[in-house]
Amino acid sequence: MQVYLPIAEISVNAILLLGLGGVVGFLSGLFGVGGGFLMTPLLIFIGVPPAVAVGTQANQLVGASVSGVLGHWRRRNVDVRLGTVMMIGGAFGTALGVWVFGVLQQVGQIDLAISIMYVLFLGVISSLMLWESVRALLRGRNPAAVRSKLHHHTWLHGLPFKMRFPRSRLYISALLPAGIGFVGGMLVAIMGIGGGFLLVPAMIYLLGMPTALVAGTSLFQIIFTTGIAAFMQATFNQTVDVMLALLLLVGGVVGAQFGSRAGTRLRGEQARALLALMVLAVAVKLLVDLVLRPEDLYSITLPPST
Amino acid sequence: MSLRSSRPAKAALAGLCALAAGLSLWAGAAAFSREGWAQSLVADLSSHLIAITTGFTGTEVVLFGAVDGLEPPAGGGGGGPGAVAVVVQGPESETTVRRKERVAGIWINTESMTFARVPTFYTVATSMPLDGVVPPSVLQRHEIGLDHLRLVPEGEDTAERVAEFRAALIRNKQRADLYGTETGQVAFLGQRLFRTTIYFPANVPTGLYTVSVFLIRDGDVVSAQTTPLSVSKIGFSASLSDFARRQSFLYAVVGLMLAVASGWIAGIVFRKG
Repeated sequence: MQVYLPIAEISVNAILLLGLGGVVGFLSGLFGVGGGFLMTPLLIFIGVPPAVAVGTQANQLVGASVSGVLGHWRRRNVDVRLGTVMMIGGAFGTALGVWVFGVLQQVGQIDLAISIMYVLFLGVISSLMLWESVRALLRGRNPAAVRSKLHHHTWLHGLPFKMRFPRSRLYISALLPAGIGFVGGMLVAIMGIGGGFLLVPAMIYLLGMPTALVAGTSLFQIIFTTGIAAFMQATFNQTVDVMLALLLLVGGVVGAQFGSRAGTRLRGEQARALLALMVLAVAVKLLVDLVLRPEDLYSITLPPST
Repeated sequence: MSLRSSRPAKAALAGLCALAAGLSLWAGAAAFSREGWAQSLVADLSSHLIAITTGFTGTEVVLFGAVDGLEPPAGGGGGGPGAVAVVVQGPESETTVRRKERVAGIWINTESMTFARVPTFYTVATSMPLDGVVPPSVLQRHEIGLDHLRLVPEGEDTAERVAEFRAALIRNKQRADLYGTETGQVAFLGQRLFRTTIYFPANVPTGLYTVSVFLIRDGDVVSAQTTPLSVSKIGFSASLSDFARRQSFLYAVVGLMLAVASGWIAGIVFRKG
């Protein structure tokens, strides 16, 4: 069943979109990430203009995060105070990101910027995650392994504007969560991803948050950063295709529910190792595309249709 | 024949019949009073509007027409009615062509050239091969054939570079199905009637198109007719894109509300399920 997407201005198979949403939703439910890092490249691959893919993905992630955060909220696994500080940083990051996106688009380097950011962020994070989870898996088999110190004191703890976050039992500089939110917001705007895969490890390792609160809190703030991004992209760039977003959402939320059920059967390190492998595969694919000689050295761009 | 293409075909057939009837009358009259060459060609489309609805997957439009056939057989290949060329051009837009080069191991867009008025869509159909039969200057003047399409870069550049970027522009457009890869066929039904089918893919840009029909005799265009063709979004997809453009603020809010609502509903449904 073909459906014409009015903003993307292409005709796509609705079943294909529902299926894509479902598969990515399943994976995101399984691993507890938004799945934007898979969906945006897939959308571009099936012919959606990159700007529309990124803008629509932001809108879609709002819905996916709302559905995801509900469960965490019921279990009281959301640190609203810390999430709000992250959100404030995220708002600035998003605004800057939307602006940078426009500038890059104008000079014809947006595709390159997206690819390089994907390779860098996805590559580094997934390698670290893989390393950590493989070590954890090995340690699991070898109970005699040494446990590392629980709390390291680093320069991060010397930053000003200290704030108390009772829910997470933290006393840290507000600049830290705000800075993490800022980077996350930029990722939303430029790469069309929620940034969960970056926020989650940052919150665990940089902030030292209790792991139980991390997923819910990061989703909580992703609702707002993706919301701001979707709003700005729709208002200034007119790159949000509601039809596309809804199709992806329907597939996505259903898939995510099954994914999160399947996820309960996976052990934490196993899930992290699998997720790391998947993210690494995307990064490697994009890196190969950057390095290999393209089929046609020339490409064309039309001015944004007004 | 799929269902999709049979409808315009039927319309074309009806049109052809009407045209044939009219033509016989007209030809009789014309025999008495020879009028200027402008009258020696008539053509029309099976539809002047391509409606892009939610289920749009591309469409075909049939062009049919007649030539007077009163001229004596002329050069331009085998005599008869002469040659007919049909050129379809979409609305023009500025288009930038970029070239990648390897910088520090990765391929990066480095050079670019912007062409001022590039038709977003372009196809040609002819009743016989024209290259070698019709002088290039004539083809150039009427922009018949991709080789003769007028593409002017902004700013000065060497002819060599312009040719390179021009070829790349056409190649990219062809890959997107927006420029024809080969010349279509205009079929003659007898000496006077002709028809051709113009295909518009699903990603056809919206706007006002021109369909130009040329009658070529003795290596020159002796008659021409231009018919407008409108490609526009109709119905739900039109209202949605209008809404997105005209009231982008409200559209953004509605889009967000839809996303939040569907996420919320899913969360509640699956909690109970």
